[in-house]
Amino acid sequence: MNSRGVLDGNFGQLRPSQIPVAPVAVGILLLIVALMFWTCVFTVNPEEVGVVQVFGAYSHSADPGLCFKAPWPIATVTKVPIQQQLKEEFGFVTDQPRVRSVYGRGDGKGESLMLTGDLNVAVVEWITQFRVNDPYKSLFRLRNLRDTFRDMNEAVMREVVGDRSVNEVLTIGRQEIASEVELRLQKLCDQYDTGLKVEQIVLQDVNPPDKVKPAFNQVNQAQQIKERMINEALADYNKSVPRAQGEAKQTILQAEGYATDRVNRAQGDAALFQEILAAYKRSPEVTRQRIYLETMNLIYPQVRNKIVLDKELKGVLPLLPLGTGVKP
Amino acid sequence: MKIPLISVVLVVLLVVGVVLLVASCYIVDETKQVVITQFGRPTGEAITTPGLKLRVPFIQKVNEFDRRFLEWDGDPNQVPTRDKRFIHVDTYARWRITDPLKYFQRLRSETVAQSRLDDILDGETRNVVANHDLIEVVRSSNRPFTTTEEVSEDEAETIEAIEFGRSKLADKVLTAAQVRTSDLGIEILDFRFKRINYVSEVREEVYQRMISERNRIAERFRSEGAGEAARIEGEKDRELKQVTSEAYRSAQEIKGKADAEAADVYAAAYEGDPEFYRFQRTMEIFRETIDEGTVLVLSTDGDFLRFLGTSAPRPTTTER
Repeated sequence: MNSRGVLDGNFGQLRPSQIPVAPVAVGILLLIVALMFWTCVFTVNPEEVGVVQVFGAYSHSADPGLCFKAPWPIATVTKVPIQQQLKEEFGFVTDQPRVRSVYGRGDGKGESLMLTGDLNVAVVEWITQFRVNDPYKSLFRLRNLRDTFRDMNEAVMREVVGDRSVNEVLTIGRQEIASEVELRLQKLCDQYDTGLKVEQIVLQDVNPPDKVKPAFNQVNQAQQIKERMINEALADYNKSVPRAQGEAKQTILQAEGYATDRVNRAQGDAALFQEILAAYKRSPEVTRQRIYLETMNLIYPQVRNKIVLDKELKGVLPLLPLGTGVKP
Repeated sequence: MKIPLISVVLVVLLVVGVVLLVASCYIVDETKQVVITQFGRPTGEAITTPGLKLRVPFIQKVNEFDRRFLEWDGDPNQVPTRDKRFIHVDTYARWRITDPLKYFQRLRSETVAQSRLDDILDGETRNVVANHDLIEVVRSSNRPFTTTEEVSEDEAETIEAIEFGRSKLADKVLTAAQVRTSDLGIEILDFRFKRINYVSEVREEVYQRMISERNRIAERFRSEGAGEAARIEGEKDRELKQVTSEAYRSAQEIKGKADAEAADVYAAAYEGDPEFYRFQRTMEIFRETIDEGTVLVLSTDGDFLRFLGTSAPRPTTTER
């Protein structure tokens, strides 16, 4: 506002002497005034903060909205998006960059190839999400903030991975690595006065190098084979053992059946004999004769060849036909 | 023409005034610091605060230097470690100009400063790396590796313990470099190993080693599988034998008991009259065994056929 007054004064002095030039001069001056006024006004978007420098020196930070400052040569403003989450990708590049998605020197594998603590090699790709939380520091304390930040990321990630075995890096250690890197990176950010806040480290693909991959797959495969062999053996076990147990029961039950049978029959036979014996005891001679004769009666009609010898006769044996037994 | 002349003079004066004013003012940016030189020689103290400053126009020259932390990125160097492994070492450092006056006198420009830093830091990196084993550069602590089911402890590569570790080595480089840069008006704030990688030939070998290591693990899995299967197989056989033999034993016991019981029952019954049992049972056996094909050679001496010869009763058995 001050500058406008000074210019008006100059304009007043010039007017009487150069009448024909006056409208042009007025026009030019007005234009300059308008331009300067224009540079006095600026808007700060909701996600940003405007850092105002007066004669190069940091003056203040302007909050979102319509803001005023001294005109251009005196004051300048730099807008810093403090609310926006920024990200850096390591080891790969997003094909379709989203809003303000930045990607790096991306020298391919070099960025992601690293040594593990057991002197093996792993390929680790990751994303670092961060925010500017101190616009002053982010603008004035470091030159080339972004390159520095990328260097820091690489150094810290390698430091952490370098303290773990390749197995940990590839399998169980992922979460731990991410949080450890986050912690150390934040510490480094503070140490370097970057004014950045590390929000999250997201590990992407973590792989063995391409050449070694088949060998790693083979390990998985072998693990599967192991499981399979065990399962098959168990299947075989299950196929025969319960069956054998059933068959064992069967054997025992059959034996029990035999036992019952044997005992019952014995008791039956015994009962029968005792009945007969009882009858026999009542009149032994007759019963005995009867049994004998009944038996003979049953046997004799059946036998076709009957040779009856008188008890006085001797030496009949040569006369008998061969192949037949002699029974009294 | 008089009035225009005056105005021309006025205009000229005004222009000269403005030019003088502009020439005697200069702005020091928040990120800068300045050394004022007079005919090439520095005058006064370095100006390290930002803002609008004055100088003697045309005579004094403003030399701007950065006040921020500056980057230094090392060349990826191929360096052998003490244990003769060739690695690429890529480093970075942060530095800043702490004494612009000295800096201006010794180095003049940043290009010169960077190349001095290259000499110093690359050299020190070489020294330090060459004097230590690879493991010292890679690891930063003696933290034991967590083992998984997949790789048992004895199988994990045995790694010798480290004495210093990555950050200590970086500190060594830093300290050595700080000594050598102390009179240059700059300060190195931090030095770090960014990347450490095997050179390509060594990398091939490492890959081969990794492959063989994996094969070892895979073989273990396979043999573990086969072993476990054999164990289960054996268990199955044992189980089967046990089950069947136990059943056999039980069955025999049961049968034996039954036979014994039956024998007792028979004995108890036949005990009544063993002689009659023998007679009665013999008769039964006759009925069962003598059939059509049997040839009977009978004597008339027998009880039954006796009557073929005589009708007289036989003398009683007791008399015989």
